[in-house]
Amino acid sequence: MNPLQTLRVALRALTRNKMRSFLTTLGVVIGVSAVIAMVAIGDGAKARVEATFAAMGSNMLIVIPGTSTGGGAMGGFGSMPTLTWDDLRAIQTEIPTVRAAAAQLRTNGQVMSEDQNWGTQILGTSPEYFQIRTWAPALGTLFTQGDVETGTKVVVIGQTVADKLFGQNANPVGQNLRIKNVPFVVVAVLNKKGQSQWGQDYDDIVIVPVTTYQQKIKGALKNFVEGSLTVSATSADTTSRAESQIRALLRDRHRLPLGADDDFSIRNLSEVASAQQEGTRTLTTLLAAIAAVSLLVGGIGIMNIMLVSVTERTREIGLRMAVGAKPADIRLQFLVEALALAITGGLIGVGLGVFGAWWLATSFGWQVLYRPDVIAIAVCFSGLVGVVFGLYPAHKASRLDPITALRFE
Amino acid sequence: MSPPPLIQFKDVAKVYRMGDVEVHALRGVSLTVEQGEFTAIMGASGSGKSTLMNIVGLLDRPTGGVYLLEGEAVSTLSTERLAEVRNRTIGFVFQSFNLLSRTSALENVELPLLYAGAGSAERRRRAAASLDRVGLGSRSDHHPNQMSGGQQQRVAIARALVTEPRVILADEPTGNLDSRTSVEVMQLFQELGRSGITVVLVTHEPDISQYASRVIQMRDGRVLSDERQEPKVAVVPPWTEGDEEDQP
Repeated sequence: MNPLQTLRVALRALTRNKMRSFLTTLGVVIGVSAVIAMVAIGDGAKARVEATFAAMGSNMLIVIPGTSTGGGAMGGFGSMPTLTWDDLRAIQTEIPTVRAAAAQLRTNGQVMSEDQNWGTQILGTSPEYFQIRTWAPALGTLFTQGDVETGTKVVVIGQTVADKLFGQNANPVGQNLRIKNVPFVVVAVLNKKGQSQWGQDYDDIVIVPVTTYQQKIKGALKNFVEGSLTVSATSADTTSRAESQIRALLRDRHRLPLGADDDFSIRNLSEVASAQQEGTRTLTTLLAAIAAVSLLVGGIGIMNIMLVSVTERTREIGLRMAVGAKPADIRLQFLVEALALAITGGLIGVGLGVFGAWWLATSFGWQVLYRPDVIAIAVCFSGLVGVVFGLYPAHKASRLDPITALRFE
Repeated sequence: MSPPPLIQFKDVAKVYRMGDVEVHALRGVSLTVEQGEFTAIMGASGSGKSTLMNIVGLLDRPTGGVYLLEGEAVSTLSTERLAEVRNRTIGFVFQSFNLLSRTSALENVELPLLYAGAGSAERRRRAAASLDRVGLGSRSDHHPNQMSGGQQQRVAIARALVTEPRVILADEPTGNLDSRTSVEVMQLFQELGRSGITVVLVTHEPDISQYASRVIQMRDGRVLSDERQEPKVAVVPPWTEGDEEDQP
């Protein structure tokens, strides 16, 4: 018998008992739809976390200078500048896993346009900063290394600042802005980055060349960086290596003896990100495991019904053998029946799972992400369930003795 | 040289083992059936006639002796080969018809062809021809539960005939039929015999064995008697009141 004929015989047998076939597939339907929906929701949550961290910058490390200790009061991180401009240059040039590094000098202050004013964060940095944060201009062009070298009075502003000072939809590029009463020319407005996870508005910022910052906004120590360093590693994989290399480099440069505390600290943001992702991944795995268990239960249901079916159709099996069916034909027929039940259940389950995830997403405002590979695996897995749990009943059917089978009441 | 006999038993024995007890179903049976013979095998239950039938039909293997079918020693063939030989050479008719329910007469008749590997058009054509041969050509789309017992048995005979076998094995084919329908079935078997098909029939009814050209009596696993006879010609009596089988 060819495979197509076997399939048709199997389908005929299944459609003879529609209700029973439907109920049998239900276990697999629920299992597969649960897998699909859970993974879609889990991946949606993961994508959301990833998007949040991508907004902060990719593969980012922050180096913060050490603590000051005055009269027993520990000043906290950053209270004493221990990082020098030479340290920054060393990080930039001596560590191959570092893609870019920039100093960040921050203060708060009042900025003014012709008729508006706004209190915001003022950041002095170099052009690498935009690269590290993967932050492109929406309008105009960013300031350059040349601007940093000459201390040009140019400013790049965030979307929020642009809206507050120049109004929505206006083009502030080329206009004047006063930061702490010093006139600057707006050269670019940055793309909107939105809020951080903790509600901080990334777009509420004005960014000026670091040298201009030191000269015009906040006077500075000559050799020390009065702020932190932002570093991006060459890739997500090299982030931790970059972290340890920076630590070793700085300890060496600061001549810290073995066993002494660091006089700086390094924060690895990708670690925070991966911890968050790990959380959602664990959740997804857990849900998928529960769903897989229900698939297993569905498979046992198929096996149960197939065993009942073999017993019920003992005479039919005997007759088929008498008229020339080989044991392999019988085995294949029942295997294909089990497989058809499981695959049908799997396909219905995919439909239901996709719909269910969509419905949950729209009613709870969650994000969902459908993964074709998960859908394909779920269908294949349900097929596997059919084969595994159909094997024993099919084998049992093929081993029947035709004489006994034909006399079976 | 003449062709070998269709069925040849040489001292065939069958011993079943039920726990510690050995049951001798056949204690050395030797017989020869030629092509076109209409043989009835008779005997009480336990006489070994069913075992004999199962061995002839390749559903069972002898534990001793040799069985030659068309000159070939079939008792040593693999299960797969036996299924093929069964499919090609032998047609079965059972007491309880054994039709697939919720399946049309045509599809029931097609079943052996499915395992012979025939294409669907060929299956349909040959099954329809086979149903015509038993006089049910007009009922090919009926399901077994829409048919009388006689019609169901004729569908079963059409199914046995569809592969154009050498032998039809009928195990108590009239056991579930009334006398009138039984005669109809016997008439059909006599027709098949005339067209060269060998019919081997197991029955315990002397009335039925009259229609055969040869009667083999079995007792305790042995052949008691083996006689050729002039068969009674099966004539279906005209339809009488109260006999609702096969009413046109």
